[in-house]
Amino acid sequence: MSEIDLISDKGQVARINQPELVEELTTLNLGPTHPATHGIFQNILQMDGEKIISGEQTIGYIHRAFEKIAERRPFYQITTLTDRMNYCSSPINNFGWHMTVEKLLGIEVPKRAQYIRVIMMELARISDHLICNGILGVDSGAFSGFLYLMEKREEIYEVYEEICGARLTTNMGRIGGMERDLTSTAIRKIKALLETLPAVLREFENLFNRNRIFMDRTINVGPITAERALSYGFTGPNLRAAGVDYDVRVMNPYSSYEDFEFDIPVGQSGDTYDRFMVRGEEMWQSLRIIEQALNNLPEGPYFADAPEYYLPPKKDVYTKMEALIYHFKIVMGEIDAPVGEVYHAVEGGNGELGFYLISDGGRAPYRLHFRRPSFIYYQAYPEMCKGVTISDAIMIMSSLNVIAGELDA
Amino acid sequence: MKPVKMAEAPAGHSGAGFFATSFDQVIGLARSYSLWPLPFATSCCGIEFMATMGAHYDISRFGSERPSFSPRQADLLLVMGTIAKKMGPVLKQVYIQMAEPRWVVAVGACASSGGIFDTYSVLQGIDRIIPVDVYVPGCPPRPEQILEGLMQVQHMAQNESLRRRNSEEYQELMASYNIQ
Amino acid sequence: MLTNQEVAEHIAEKFDGSVADFEQPYGLLTLTTTRETIIPLLAYLKDHPVYQISFLTDITGIHYPESTGKEFAVVYHIHSLVNNFRTRVKVFLGKDDLHIPTATDLYASANWMERETFDFFGILFDGHPNLTRILNIEEMDYHPMRKEYPLEDATRQDKIDALFGR
Ligand code: SF4
Repeated sequence: MSEIDLISDKGQVARINQPELVEELTTLNLGPTHPATHGIFQNILQMDGEKIISGEQTIGYIHRAFEKIAERRPFYQITTLTDRMNYCSSPINNFGWHMTVEKLLGIEVPKRAQYIRVIMMELARISDHLICNGILGVDSGAFSGFLYLMEKREEIYEVYEEICGARLTTNMGRIGGMERDLTSTAIRKIKALLETLPAVLREFENLFNRNRIFMDRTINVGPITAERALSYGFTGPNLRAAGVDYDVRVMNPYSSYEDFEFDIPVGQSGDTYDRFMVRGEEMWQSLRIIEQALNNLPEGPYFADAPEYYLPPKKDVYTKMEALIYHFKIVMGEIDAPVGEVYHAVEGGNGELGFYLISDGGRAPYRLHFRRPSFIYYQAYPEMCKGVTISDAIMIMSSLNVIAGELDA
Repeated sequence: MKPVKMAEAPAGHSGAGFFATSFDQVIGLARSYSLWPLPFATSCCGIEFMATMGAHYDISRFGSERPSFSPRQADLLLVMGTIAKKMGPVLKQVYIQMAEPRWVVAVGACASSGGIFDTYSVLQGIDRIIPVDVYVPGCPPRPEQILEGLMQVQHMAQNESLRRRNSEEYQELMASYNIQ
Repeated sequence: MLTNQEVAEHIAEKFDGSVADFEQPYGLLTLTTTRETIIPLLAYLKDHPVYQISFLTDITGIHYPESTGKEFAVVYHIHSLVNNFRTRVKVFLGKDDLHIPTATDLYASANWMERETFDFFGILFDGHPNLTRILNIEEMDYHPMRKEYPLEDATRQDKIDALFGR
């Protein structure tokens, strides 16, 4: 402690004790309802001035017990749960689950259904990346790009509506195929999207990709090396931004992905800018896939011959005894699945979305575990934001695209 | 230029150069067209709120231009998404921090009743911990439905007596939720 | 391309006596090991110059209340990104002794996966840096994914309805 004299205007002297300056850390509580966190998770940050020294995360604020519910529901009802996991790209989750069950049952899905699935999954990927990149723009202070993208996302939702009637929680398709064929309206809407989306994407890229402010805010912010990323279980765009070209669609192709030609964009440094660019490029690749799938859409049935799992057409239910029985059995969940143990992975919006299903021969899974990509890679967040400022930490979080529903299951 | 749409004037007496009506109505009118929502978005329904905010559905047309992320300045708590038990105390805290008059809208099945998540970890409807004014059904509700919910709140705000929040009934309601 | 046969034989030889039950349901090599061997096995496969099974996909638990002495299983999914080869390793534990060493020294991602498994099943990962509940509230006094616990909240009074309730 040192003593100093303070002299006022009138010449009065006051002697006060001045404490030594000590380095003090502030604790900042970010979340769980902070508007910048896009979802509810809490971060307790130790700050030195504006620099983050360390962080501790708390999650589980919307833990909904998917895995426990899944043990009480017949297989087809679980689709409804998968919708609500990564709700930015529900169709991928739906089809991922359907394919897992089909693998268990040994159902071969006709080509046409596989292609329709690919189209819908890629649309879902686009809508997922649109939100992520749009929000990243918002967090760096550029709101307008987001508005353009949201406009297009509405159009993707219109396609969903045409296919399944819902916008967000799609519950699309059935075990064994699609519930209905692509209508001409749906095809028209997808084609229109293929025509108009590139212009919007290009405009968005013009706004951001070479924007000095945006580059300064994102380049070298929150980088992660490939080695650390793999150790942390990163998958999907975040891993690819770090330079590892792992993509489930190519490594273990499902649903005829081997028929399509597309590139896997990779980044170099795994920083926020790379993640942004990888997502941006993936949207172009998705458009490419959709175009190929639409042009080569095979003719034929859009569902497999699996009467025990695939709901019969309504017309038959009213007129044919057999169809009515199957309908009843499926809806009441009276059908026992074979015994087995399956792991199936699809490339979700955020990475490898895995379904580990154990069936003991009952109507419901004995155990169903979801490998949720954002749950696994969000652990790396404190390490990634060590030493950066709080505003950069927000950017890192939105570039990771952590979806609360998927995080907490 | 599109013509500006004016809100209808409340009932009252008018003459040359004056217009007389009751305070209740004027204040109700003003409040109802400047409701600042606090989007308490936790999961899927929050994404639909994003669409509601976007250019397509545009919630600003109803005077909710400014989402207020600070509870102190918000009039309307929009609870969108599943509220787990872990989240319950946080939600209550946010509600307590809001100043009167405050309205609450439970958007979606989860916020209204727990929805499809009848599980050990999910709160079976937010009305177990805070009073709710409007329930918006749907899983998720379409943006139009969310707007309809907002309009219901506007309607309530217009027709609410100024003294309602001091009434004994209201105090009792608050007391039943252990809110002072 | 690695074949299940080749890897299984190699592991069986290397860890003679402590690995068993080689299967391949739907083409995925599955084996069972013991709690003493699991970490050496994961480390061996990770550092193996050819296999390089060095990506931890998932850790989870399973509860089999009926099988006495082996009530709980911890399941590891590992993946070789170089060879595109997946393996599933299981460790069975008795319900009175739910200890298993942690894999966090090998894989940073194991941290939360193990916490989740602890939260859901109460499996104790020895040596874990911070083995606390992750998804549920701290005050919870049971492990909800065990089969004996109901799905619904036991304390609630709503939804008691003659027609729609249970
Ligand atoms: S009501 Fe449906 S859409 Fe909304 S949060 Fe709940 S599950 Fe999600």
